[in-house]
Amino acid sequence: MEQLFEIIRKPWPWYVAGPLIGLTVPTLLLIGNKSFGISSSLRHVCAACLPANIPFFKYNWKNEIWNLVFVLGVFFGGMIATLFLANPDTFQLSESTIADLSAFGITDFSGLMPADLFSTEVLFSAKGFIFFVLGGFMVGFGTRYAGGCTSGHAIMGLSTLQLPSLIATCCFMVGGFAMTHLILPYIFKLF
Amino acid sequence: MTMKNSQNTAVLDPALANDEQPFVCEAPNDMKKSESWADNIKYLIVGVLFGIVFVKAEIISWFRIQEMFRLQSFHMYGVIGSAVVVGLISVQLIKRFNIKTLAGETVEFHPKKFQKGQVYGGLIFGLGWAITGACPGPLFAQIGSGYMVVIVTLLSAIAGTWTYGYFRDRLPN
Repeated sequence: MEQLFEIIRKPWPWYVAGPLIGLTVPTLLLIGNKSFGISSSLRHVCAACLPANIPFFKYNWKNEIWNLVFVLGVFFGGMIATLFLANPDTFQLSESTIADLSAFGITDFSGLMPADLFSTEVLFSAKGFIFFVLGGFMVGFGTRYAGGCTSGHAIMGLSTLQLPSLIATCCFMVGGFAMTHLILPYIFKLF
Repeated sequence: MTMKNSQNTAVLDPALANDEQPFVCEAPNDMKKSESWADNIKYLIVGVLFGIVFVKAEIISWFRIQEMFRLQSFHMYGVIGSAVVVGLISVQLIKRFNIKTLAGETVEFHPKKFQKGQVYGGLIFGLGWAITGACPGPLFAQIGSGYMVVIVTLLSAIAGTWTYGYFRDRLPN
C-alpha cells in the first residue's frame, strides 16, 4: 500500500496519463451521453452570468450544468493532487528547454510553473498583462472561434475521426510553434 | 438547416432566440432523461480524476508546454497521442456494439462541419496556449493547484469567449 502510494506520487508517464485521459471520452458518453469538451464551460459561464442579449449566449445553459460541474471537479482534482499526491522529487525538465528558457531570463526551474512569471508581482506589470490577460483572452476567444480546445477537438474530435477537428488541431500546433519560436523571444526582450 | 444547427438558426431567426430553443453546443448534453443535482456528482468525480491526471502527468506545467513546442520532449505528444488512440478505440467499440448509456439511451455523436473559424480560431488559441502554457482544462487544475494568478487568465479567457460571442456575426465563419 505504502509502495503504491509512492508510485502514485511520482510524476505519471505519458503511457499512463494519455490512456486515462482517452478513457474520459467513453466514460462521459456512457454515464450520461455527454460529449467531452472543456472550453464550452467558458461559454456557459457567459450564458449564465452575462448573456447581454447576444444570440450566441441565449440558450438553456442549465441543461449544460454537467460541464460546469465537470470543470469544478478538475479544479478539486488539481487541489487534491497538489495537497496529497505531490511529487516528492524535484521537477525534471529537459536540459535543452532549461537552456532555451534561461536565455529568456527564466531562473527558477523548480516547480511546474516558472516562479519568475507566475507571481502577483508580475501579474500587475506589462509582462503580466501579456502572459495572463492577453494570453487568457486569446485562449478564450480562439477556442470558441475554433469551436473547441484540445479536449473537444484534439481528443474528442479526433477520436470520432472528424476532419474539421484535425484541421483545428493542426492550427493549434501551428499557433503554438509560431508563438514559441517567432513571437516569444521578442516578448521576453521587452522586459 | 436541421434542428441540430439551431445555434446558427437562432442568429437568423430571433423567434428562436429564447430559453426554449433547441441547442447544440460543441460539448453537448445529449441525455434525454433529465438529471437531478445528485446525478451531477458523476461528472464531479470524473472531473476530479481528470484533474488529478492533469497534475500528476504535469500537463498543467507551463514548462511542459514549452518543451512540447520546442520539440524537446516526447511527453506531451505521447499523452495526447495515446489519449486519441484510446478514445478512438472506445468510440469504435461503442458504435460497433451499439453500447447504450447507463440510462439505456443510444450514444449520440455530432459530425462537425468545416468552418474558417477552425483555422483562425485555432491559430489564435495556439498563440495563447504557448504563452499561458494552458488550454482551458489545465487552467482549472492550475488554480486548484494553488497558482492563484491563473484566476486572471481564466477570467480573461471568459472575457475572450464573451467577446467572440459579441462579434460572432461580423467574423469570417
